[in-house]
Amino acid sequence: MKNFEYAAPRTEEEALALLAQRPDQTAVLAGGTDLVPLMKKMLVTPQRVVNIKNIDSLRGIHAHSQGVTIGAVTTLDQLLEAPELEPYPAVKQVIAKLGSLQLQCQMTLGGELCRRPQCWYFRNGYGLLGRRGQLVEQGDNRYHAILDNQGPAKFVSPSRLAPALIALGAVVRVAGPGQQETTVPVERLYRTPKDDHQRELTLSPAQLLTHVLPKLSQGTLNATYEVKHGTGPQPPLATASVALELDGSGVVRSARVVMGQVAPVPWRSREAEEVLVGQRIGYELAELAGAAAVAPATPLSQNQYKVQIAKTAVKRAVLLAAGLETGGL
Amino acid sequence: MSEPVRSRGGFSRREFLKGSGAAAAATAVVGAPLVAPAEEATGLIRGAEEVTLQVNGKAHRVRIEPRTTLLEVLRYQLGLTGAKPVSADGCCGGSTVLLEGKPISAATTLALDCVGKQITTVEGLGAQDNVVQAFVHQDAMQCGFCTPGFVVAVKAFLKKHPYATEEEVREGLNGNLCRCGTYVNVVRAALEVVKGGRNG
Repeated sequence: MKNFEYAAPRTEEEALALLAQRPDQTAVLAGGTDLVPLMKKMLVTPQRVVNIKNIDSLRGIHAHSQGVTIGAVTTLDQLLEAPELEPYPAVKQVIAKLGSLQLQCQMTLGGELCRRPQCWYFRNGYGLLGRRGQLVEQGDNRYHAILDNQGPAKFVSPSRLAPALIALGAVVRVAGPGQQETTVPVERLYRTPKDDHQRELTLSPAQLLTHVLPKLSQGTLNATYEVKHGTGPQPPLATASVALELDGSGVVRSARVVMGQVAPVPWRSREAEEVLVGQRIGYELAELAGAAAVAPATPLSQNQYKVQIAKTAVKRAVLLAAGLETGGL
Repeated sequence: MSEPVRSRGGFSRREFLKGSGAAAAATAVVGAPLVAPAEEATGLIRGAEEVTLQVNGKAHRVRIEPRTTLLEVLRYQLGLTGAKPVSADGCCGGSTVLLEGKPISAATTLALDCVGKQITTVEGLGAQDNVVQAFVHQDAMQCGFCTPGFVVAVKAFLKKHPYATEEEVREGLNGNLCRCGTYVNVVRAALEVVKGGRNG
């Protein structure tokens, strides 16, 4: 690992001041499960590392009338045990299956949202896009994107919680230099990079993700269904998170369908949402939603199989949210 | 290499390289401790620093750099070689230690991040620990390389889930890998502790 200067500030202001001096050469450290391995491999070589875990205001879960506010450095095992998250099964279902005991105790919510892609070309030093996508296109792309992959970016968004949080309409609070503070929908944290100078995250390096705020989902049905190969801590092949609002007679008033591990960003499927709205949830409707979600898919040479898996993930997430039998494991 | 060819001014390539190397080294030494006074207040740590780590109930003074991982300090400075350097990203669980009672991967934790926190390694559990004893009874090891990580992980898991079923044990320990495949006996050892009711 290349050496760096290290600071563990106690307040947000101190952290922002440390970030502001040389933002491009500064990395934010939280749980360290992603940053430390990246630094060990010299894929990231910051001159300064700012550890934000000692900042009290970034910790903990607070329930209020609009929902909950979760500090960015809250660890996943704390989230799993939090009674405040009971109305959000979509989030809890992900965390319960996310990684090992060690990862859950170490990984933070903010870090999970901001972790870098697992694409093996990126992790082995060929850059995020891998020669403008050529390496992925001609190489081993079995775990790469099936949607939004026509540009140079063909990796999949690594965050497991982002699809669930987007389905729940969550926003994040972002603090920036000079007391500047904004709230950004989780959806807008991500983008598909078009060239080597763009990152997959829209946050500027001087900004700090401080809190995550899932909206109160009174009566909103929500669920996540992840399709994994085996039971280990490895990432799933495809996931889907669904949030449904039903009216009194069981007809879907509004729906949000977000797929994970299928595109360079958490992929919101408006097509599937359109299929669901105005209908009653049932097996056939769920099947149609799944088919609509993967209709625009453009699989690469080795990941044709992911289309079927993503389709099934959407179908089962819809059924799970509605409390119906999914037919799967 | 042949004798350096002296030029007219008594100047050789080798001498020049030696000289420039020394100059570069000198620059590096001078460059390192330069701290702008304005930044001092923010508590930036630049080079090697002497800190105290609480390991297995004892305070240890160690000299570490910001990039030093907890695993490196434990193994190479404190001689606690139970936690193993297996994977760089901690995906195998070989370097599992308890930080404030929670299992974490020492390979992906910076040592400076652990200052002021209680660290417990497999050595700290001791030979009479019920989990260690259960591993012995059930012969839950072959080559033994993954065993310290497994013992710490089982300890932490059972503290949280004292009445775990076999299925829960298997799922809870999925962050530890064993190339020999002793999983069957590790699960048996964990279940022995559950049945003995002595965990926690």
